[in-house]
Amino acid sequence: MRGATQAKFAAGAIAIALAATACSSSSSSGGSSSGAANANGVVTAWWGDPQNPLIPTDTNEVNGGAVLNMIFDGLQHYNPKTGVAELANAQSITTNDQQHFTITLKSGWKFSDGTPVTAHSYVDAWNWGAYLPHAQNNTDPFFTSIQGYSAVHPATGSPTAQTMSGLKVVNDTTFTVALTQKFSLWPDTLGYSAFYPLPQSFFSNQAAWEAHPVGNGPYVIKSWTKGTGMQLTPNSTYSGNYKPKNGGINLKVYTDPNAAYADLQAGNLDVDNGLSNTALKTVQSDLNGRYLNQPAGINQTISFPLNQANWNTPGAKLVREGISMAIDRPTITKVIFQGTRTPATDWTSPVLGAEGGFSSTLCGDVCTYNPTKAKQLIQQGGGIPGGQLTISYNADGPHKEWVDAVCNSINNALGNTNACVGKPVGTFADFRNQIQNKQMTSAFRTGWQMDYPLIQDFLQPLFFTNAASNDSHYSNPQFDNLVNQANAASSKSGAVSDFQQAEKLLVTDLPSIPLWYQNGTVGWSSRVSNVSLDVFSVPVYTDITVNK
Amino acid sequence: MGRYVIRRLLQMIPVFIGTTFIIFAMVHALGDPVAALFGDKAPDPAVAAQIRQQLGLNDPLIVQYGNYMKGIFTGDLGTTFSGQPVTELLKTAYPTTLKLTIVAFTFEVILGIGLGVISGMRRGRFADTGVMVMTLIVISIPTFVIGYVLQYLFGVKWGIADATVPEGAPFSSLILPGFVLASVSLAYVARLTRTTIAENTKADYVRTAVAKGLPKRRVVTHHLLRNSLIPVITFLGTDLGALMGGALVTERIFNIHGVGYYLYQGILRQNTPTVVGFVTVLVIVFLLANLIVDLLYAVLDPRIRYA
Repeated sequence: MRGATQAKFAAGAIAIALAATACSSSSSSGGSSSGAANANGVVTAWWGDPQNPLIPTDTNEVNGGAVLNMIFDGLQHYNPKTGVAELANAQSITTNDQQHFTITLKSGWKFSDGTPVTAHSYVDAWNWGAYLPHAQNNTDPFFTSIQGYSAVHPATGSPTAQTMSGLKVVNDTTFTVALTQKFSLWPDTLGYSAFYPLPQSFFSNQAAWEAHPVGNGPYVIKSWTKGTGMQLTPNSTYSGNYKPKNGGINLKVYTDPNAAYADLQAGNLDVDNGLSNTALKTVQSDLNGRYLNQPAGINQTISFPLNQANWNTPGAKLVREGISMAIDRPTITKVIFQGTRTPATDWTSPVLGAEGGFSSTLCGDVCTYNPTKAKQLIQQGGGIPGGQLTISYNADGPHKEWVDAVCNSINNALGNTNACVGKPVGTFADFRNQIQNKQMTSAFRTGWQMDYPLIQDFLQPLFFTNAASNDSHYSNPQFDNLVNQANAASSKSGAVSDFQQAEKLLVTDLPSIPLWYQNGTVGWSSRVSNVSLDVFSVPVYTDITVNK
Repeated sequence: MGRYVIRRLLQMIPVFIGTTFIIFAMVHALGDPVAALFGDKAPDPAVAAQIRQQLGLNDPLIVQYGNYMKGIFTGDLGTTFSGQPVTELLKTAYPTTLKLTIVAFTFEVILGIGLGVISGMRRGRFADTGVMVMTLIVISIPTFVIGYVLQYLFGVKWGIADATVPEGAPFSSLILPGFVLASVSLAYVARLTRTTIAENTKADYVRTAVAKGLPKRRVVTHHLLRNSLIPVITFLGTDLGALMGGALVTERIFNIHGVGYYLYQGILRQNTPTVVGFVTVLVIVFLLANLIVDLLYAVLDPRIRYA
């Protein structure tokens, strides 16, 4: 299907492998020096075609997300450097019990069509997004904690209400939110795009709005040729703190990262955050240091099917520990990823910072390469369940290389060339199906990209009993209790330390083993300066300046 | 002749239905498109069920196919997940790919036949050996290698041509991709032409024509070439379809948003309407190109008649 001849097929496969990744680590060079900036200069930037309509509650991938972040500004805004949530459109978010919140808006904020941003803009948007018949694919876990969610979005059957009972508009600038249970860090989730407000025009004519989305952010969409590109210009009615320092952004759709890189070198593209692995090998010298890589909120793990009886025994626990110790993370990240990934030391990400719950010691010995101990533990645990470890991965992503390397590392540690093999699954969709339908019988790759820079997001959706992305089907009441306790904590630091307590249980239970953290990368042309990446590895478009 | 064309056109109907069904079933077999919508996350089952119901994915395959065919006859080829009608995609993609194909085809015809004639007429000489070696090299290198190398040299290093094709795909920026796309076929055309020319130079009618005292140019164009082109035309005809479908690799390298781009995206996102819509049009192009080739035989060789 992909191509008529073998050569073409090979090219396709390579291209797919290149398409899905863009990561690196090592150095981080600062912004290039330059004289005065041209405030009217337009920046041309790499882009991919968004998968869904650009509705905040329907966008869960990076291309649509990049645009949403430019045309919207929500209640909170994550500081591009620290990732800390700062009040944006919200004047204040208050609570006495970690469960009932009162949100007051700043006055004077407007959508780019001139209509005011009111409490209704938020409440209506959230209700619309949560309502099941609208089939929005980015509602979980964002709205699930609001009271009345299960009435508008039941797990089975038809909804019994159109609006969530937990949302109440007090007046034009104030609304209250009641959650189903205590969630101390909830206000910090409000910077995420699913919580953006929508203007009246969306509800009166959705098709027209989708063709030309209108928001309240730093940019407005000037034109959009679907599948080809989008032009954005600064929004004159924007009231927030992130006013554009350039004359607009010109997003250009690329199908192949190598094509984008060729354009970047040829001077037809200014900002390229879709660098391919091939480009990363030479990017430093090609671009004279106009290249940046920094940690992203993404980690890679190997998960185990704890729903399978043979993986859910005390012996299997030791085996998992042994497998983790048999993986030579530093060598693999250096050789396979050219030193562009960082060996993992916990289940979160360095972007959280120590204050936010990241720990460089939490996993400790379990995540440290120790082939002798590994072999010993696996033998002690009764050997690998099923006799052979297979690591499933989706073949349409760039995973074959590292999975094979991980298997080699395990095989070497065990002195058995057949102890571990990679097991490709044709497409990502098929791969997901196998996980969801509990058809996995051995290990499989998992990755997590944070929704918001909170330790909660790295733990609760992945390891809480029956959580949406609990792919290993892990269940530990003690873990669940600690998460609940963290959510009820009255201070952020209290919540974070409770979450870390919960995370420590993962070290002994090992439903998944951490591999490494992914970095975001961006390269830019000599025409522009002040290119940086936010904690989500998306370029901070508003900060980019065009050299005179 | 007229009846022949009508008969051929009627034969296309079962072929059309058969291919659309096969493609439909194949994309269906790829797995669940709804899971792919959720990226690295597990889909919310309620939302997944809702989307499946809205897209009619719960029906049996044959019912889904029936619904799709019903849509086709009313001009509705379905929509992508982002809500764009597939007909709209076809309208933007096909003209772009067609432009690229025209450029590639021009290269193929002019350079391919030209080199073939030169080489065939001077068999064993330097020009012939040169063409043979060059075409052999081109055939043995995969298209994407030629593509990336030429893109780097012309687009990045020397800056003579556009590294990628800008929006709107003007002809001037399609010369390089067109050449890359045509390269392998061009080599085949040159070799094919050379062989038939070389064979026919010894034919009786050529000797007769020369003996009659006709000027050499006339012998070559009217007698030799006309008789030698039949196998070449067959190749070119089928290749026209292959060029449009096989532009996938070239389109990716040069970032051309044509048929290959949308097909690729459709496959990745498992959007059945996109894939089936594009392949269907490709099938029609193939069928029509073959028909034209068959009709061209009669023009080239008066002995061939269609009743």
